[in-house]
Amino acid sequence: MSDSLAHVVRGRAWVFGDAVNTDVMAPGIYFKAPFEELARHCLEAVNPAFAREVRPGDIVVAGRNFGVGSAREQAAMALRHLGVGAVLAVSFGRIFYRNALNFGMPALFFPAAAEIRAGDEIEVDVVAGRIRDLTTGGEWTVNGLPPHLMAMVGAGGLMPWLKARLAAGRAGVAP
Amino acid sequence: MGATLTEKILARAAGRSAVRPGEVVTCKVDLALLLDSGGPRRIWPRLKELGVGVWDPDRIVLCTDHFTPAVDAESAAILKLTRDFAAEFGIRRFFDMQGIGHVVLAEQGFLEPGMFACGGDSHSSMGGAFGCYMAGFGAIEMTGIVVTGEIWLQVPETIRADWSGRFAAGVVAKDIMLFLCREIGMENAFRVIEFGGDTVARMPMPERMVLTNMAAELGAETGIVAADATTLAAIRAAGREPAADAPGWQGDADARYLARHAFDAAALAPQVAAPHSPANSGPVGDFAGERIDQAYIGACVGAKLSDLRMAAEVLRGRRVAPGTRLLVAPASTRAMAEAAADGTLAALTGAGAYLLPTGCGACAALGAGILADGETCISSTNRNFQGRMGANSARVFLGSPYTVAASAVAGRVADPREFLA
Repeated sequence: MSDSLAHVVRGRAWVFGDAVNTDVMAPGIYFKAPFEELARHCLEAVNPAFAREVRPGDIVVAGRNFGVGSAREQAAMALRHLGVGAVLAVSFGRIFYRNALNFGMPALFFPAAAEIRAGDEIEVDVVAGRIRDLTTGGEWTVNGLPPHLMAMVGAGGLMPWLKARLAAGRAGVAP
Repeated sequence: MGATLTEKILARAAGRSAVRPGEVVTCKVDLALLLDSGGPRRIWPRLKELGVGVWDPDRIVLCTDHFTPAVDAESAAILKLTRDFAAEFGIRRFFDMQGIGHVVLAEQGFLEPGMFACGGDSHSSMGGAFGCYMAGFGAIEMTGIVVTGEIWLQVPETIRADWSGRFAAGVVAKDIMLFLCREIGMENAFRVIEFGGDTVARMPMPERMVLTNMAAELGAETGIVAADATTLAAIRAAGREPAADAPGWQGDADARYLARHAFDAAALAPQVAAPHSPANSGPVGDFAGERIDQAYIGACVGAKLSDLRMAAEVLRGRRVAPGTRLLVAPASTRAMAEAAADGTLAALTGAGAYLLPTGCGACAALGAGILADGETCISSTNRNFQGRMGANSARVFLGSPYTVAASAVAGRVADPREFLA
């Protein structure tokens, strides 16, 4: 486990429903535009205020199958670019989940996501898997980041991790 | 207890005698498919940042498909960069403007039973039709593969979907997948869908590829169909001899499945998925009469030669309805050429179809044929998420090429069985 991993993330909750797909996080019609412009349209079809008003450290809380769909890494990148500190969802689309972690954005499975209200102040210990709703006093324990990915996420994602591994003469991405 | 085909392939790729679902393993990659979208333009800057090259240029297949043909400065630059990447790193298996990568892989016979392959696009699962494990990943993860030749996986559970019986006329693999999106849902991460049964055994490869392609819509790690004589014949038809051990890549009879489903193909009606999810599906009759602005035959899943032929079967001697447009973007230049040679294209254009270039096109709103605000489309593609094919307020129905062609003729969502009697 890396010491550089920010164990605790704290921010306002942005709440989304089930099956929010990567097309609405990173619409294809903006693929050729500068990334900053694509990010401005992130989740626009679901919540037009999100990209405008999300603040660094804010936490996305979603229902089932968050990030279902395409392999486009711009979906996770856009959330990261907008400053999202962590994503908590009942479950994830498989590629989005991997992409999020590969960009150093913690993603935790959170079965009780529906209990969080938009705007609640949320604190997440991504290693211990402790989630606290500071607005309502709710507290939950879920699985923290997978042990084999802790160091990679802690390094800031796959690129810094690869850089460190290459510098150490070990190219493998596995723990 | 025995192992599923997926478990056997992952054990081999991980250098282990056996693996169990839930275990985390590191697999060596036999083949990496890179596309112009999530390929060189995203990976090359990262290689430069890391100061490394590619681990093995001969294990990479590179195709341009998402941004072909160039229509503006941005797409031209993306394609140029992709070509430069192929030259810089000596990637010999580079297919420039020859079709959608998943289809090109099959046409070239590059996939083999037992192989462990990764692609930088969610529909890389299509390769699983060849009895290999092939799954899609983001460009960041493909970067890791290109550098190290390895990737971590949590060994997935396997769900078996058996289909038995013969389809009614006008019912095809696409209908199975739209049905399954509703029936087993789109939330199947950490699971593989293994297709079997006599219906699947009778399917030619392009139809099996529809099953595994849309395993992505099921949310599964991938889909897989164990190899048989059809698989090996397809590889040979592509001019390559399968490895001697190819037929041996089969699951054990006593393999453990997370679930086994048995379905009756004879009872299946043509299926349509309504906006904005492939799981929002039902028999075509549930949606009959929805007025259509655009009918689209395109994408890896829905514009192979066999798909173009399905559309032609409906359209021959008929006309696209006034007020409706039919756009056709063949999945590969080979499919286009073969459709030209056998009269399929003439049947399409004779009915009033508008022929588009080969490529991913309007499926992901990257190429020609995107939708305006408030328009309604029926499409042979695999995904109908909001905004996917253009405007956020556009509505996309999904159906088989038969159903799309029938709807184009009717100007409304229509049952292809009425046109095939």
